[in-house]
Amino acid sequence: MLKQTEGSKAVAEAVALCRPEVICAYPISPQTHIVEALGEMVKAGELTPCEFINVESEFAAMSVAIGSSAAGARSYTATASQGLLFMVEAVYNASGLGLPIVMTVANRAIGAPINIWNDHSDSLSQRDSGWMQLFAETNQEAVDLHIQAFRLAEELSMPVMVCMDGFILTHAFERVDIPSQEQVDAYLPPFDPRQVLDPKEPISIGAMVGPEAFMEVKYLAHAKQMQALELIPQLAAEFKQTFGRDSGGLVRTYRADDAETMIVAMGSVLGTIKDVVDEMRAEGHKIGVLGIISYRPFPLAQVRAALLNCKRFVVLEKSLAVGMGGIVATDVRMAVTGTGLRGFTAIAGLGGRSIPKASLHKLFRQAEKEELEPVTFVDLDWDAVNKQLERERQNRHSGPIAENILHDKGIVSAKFG
Amino acid sequence: MFQIRIHGRGGQGVVTATEMLSVAAFEEGRHAQAFPSFGSERTGAPVVAFCRIDDKDIRLREPIMEPDALIIQDPTLLHQIDVFAGLKPDGYVLLNTHHSFDALGLGDLFKGRKAERFCTLPATQLALKHIGRPIPNAPLLAGFAALSDIIKLESVVKAINKKFSGKVADGNVAAATEAYNIVKEKMKEFADA
Repeated sequence: MLKQTEGSKAVAEAVALCRPEVICAYPISPQTHIVEALGEMVKAGELTPCEFINVESEFAAMSVAIGSSAAGARSYTATASQGLLFMVEAVYNASGLGLPIVMTVANRAIGAPINIWNDHSDSLSQRDSGWMQLFAETNQEAVDLHIQAFRLAEELSMPVMVCMDGFILTHAFERVDIPSQEQVDAYLPPFDPRQVLDPKEPISIGAMVGPEAFMEVKYLAHAKQMQALELIPQLAAEFKQTFGRDSGGLVRTYRADDAETMIVAMGSVLGTIKDVVDEMRAEGHKIGVLGIISYRPFPLAQVRAALLNCKRFVVLEKSLAVGMGGIVATDVRMAVTGTGLRGFTAIAGLGGRSIPKASLHKLFRQAEKEELEPVTFVDLDWDAVNKQLERERQNRHSGPIAENILHDKGIVSAKFG
Repeated sequence: MFQIRIHGRGGQGVVTATEMLSVAAFEEGRHAQAFPSFGSERTGAPVVAFCRIDDKDIRLREPIMEPDALIIQDPTLLHQIDVFAGLKPDGYVLLNTHHSFDALGLGDLFKGRKAERFCTLPATQLALKHIGRPIPNAPLLAGFAALSDIIKLESVVKAINKKFSGKVADGNVAAATEAYNIVKEKMKEFADA
């Protein structure tokens, strides 16, 4: 049913339609509205059978999800930012044990400095955790990806993170088509676990594995993600058959056919990028877009194919590998190895800094002329940066950086807007 | 695309106002996107929320920096932040106050702009009268409907009835209806003058 609703509410409805049997919840902004809405549904008896467990921390949330998934229950949780970091040991265990948990990550920056706003640092910190990671461009896609994620997770017996931009998507009211229970039931069969803890047929899950077998277990995790590269497009095609919508898949291009400059990105910023590309196309610029939906597994072949005919590309990402540059950009450059393509990295939107069209117009025009540095920090306040660097040169005891920058900018508390 | 920015203070329902506005537009079959300025909401602190309305899919995710319309829930904000920043030259302004623009020293605001698109509305008084609480959302949205014709009063009423029920919904609808009539009357006076 088409409705005007909040992203978090829409995702909660989508998760409920997937008939989870255990939901573990610990509140952290900006995912809280999702588990709150699910909690209300469980309490009202609208989602049954389902146990809603208020746990004492994110570490407990993932630990309980591991237990319930191993016992054969379809298990779901959601988190963000420091919450994801706090559960990391259990995050690796969930994937290492091959448990098909689905978790929403309402993407948010990682402190310090403490910051509640959006970027992709949290999910990307778990790049190598063995979880698959799917990034939603819109709230409609967030809804659709959750439904596909349970299929993907359970067919491969591996966990999936559905990543959606915190606040920008979770708190946005927009038009979303919520599927019917019949549609979701037709697409998503009941959970038939590959491994299950059952007192009637006792087994153990979680054995200690020494050097004689560890690499094989790890390789099989990799092999499953390589299988996912084939399964994800199949699930998207099947999704289109059932629901009549293009959603998910590995990558998606936009106005790319004769593009000389390609912009590569993940998540909701793709919307703003497409608007800028439309405006530039109207002026005759040959520019197109490559959206990456599946960040893990990373679709090297599809990224390469999408960029092969351009002359240069910019990876615009909401993440920073400190001491290196881009995180997504590193993978994209690996995908185009040997093509001789010029690649630029643009770091934007960290800690919720808005990414306005005007800044993108400027950036993309510079990229067309290949005037960009290898790594560009979009809308960085160089005066503030240089002032602090000078302070550090002048004074051995220059004090805390964040407080100095806030003081220089005349900000007494974080600005909302 | 039509872009609206709503300014208020934490607790006045700024975020709810944009959400209801987006629902009203959706009820007319239009595309709408409402979003807050993403912060820790604190009672009394300045809060901004945004709403875009269009006839096609809205993909843009930047904050609204050049609004077509401003709805200002609290006139005391005028001394604190530049609420008019980026307002388009032909933009609409609806200010919640029982004073006139001149009485607030804002007569200069019209210079080079379309004065008929500026309107004050005693929305808090209307809310107190009909709802019993100083939540000026519903009358302001109805006033905005009257001022701009971007949405219809009946759509605002539908959005109110989706958000609230019973007495609260009835009170909000009554406040909205009176607000709509007040603004339409002011516009008629302006046109006749």
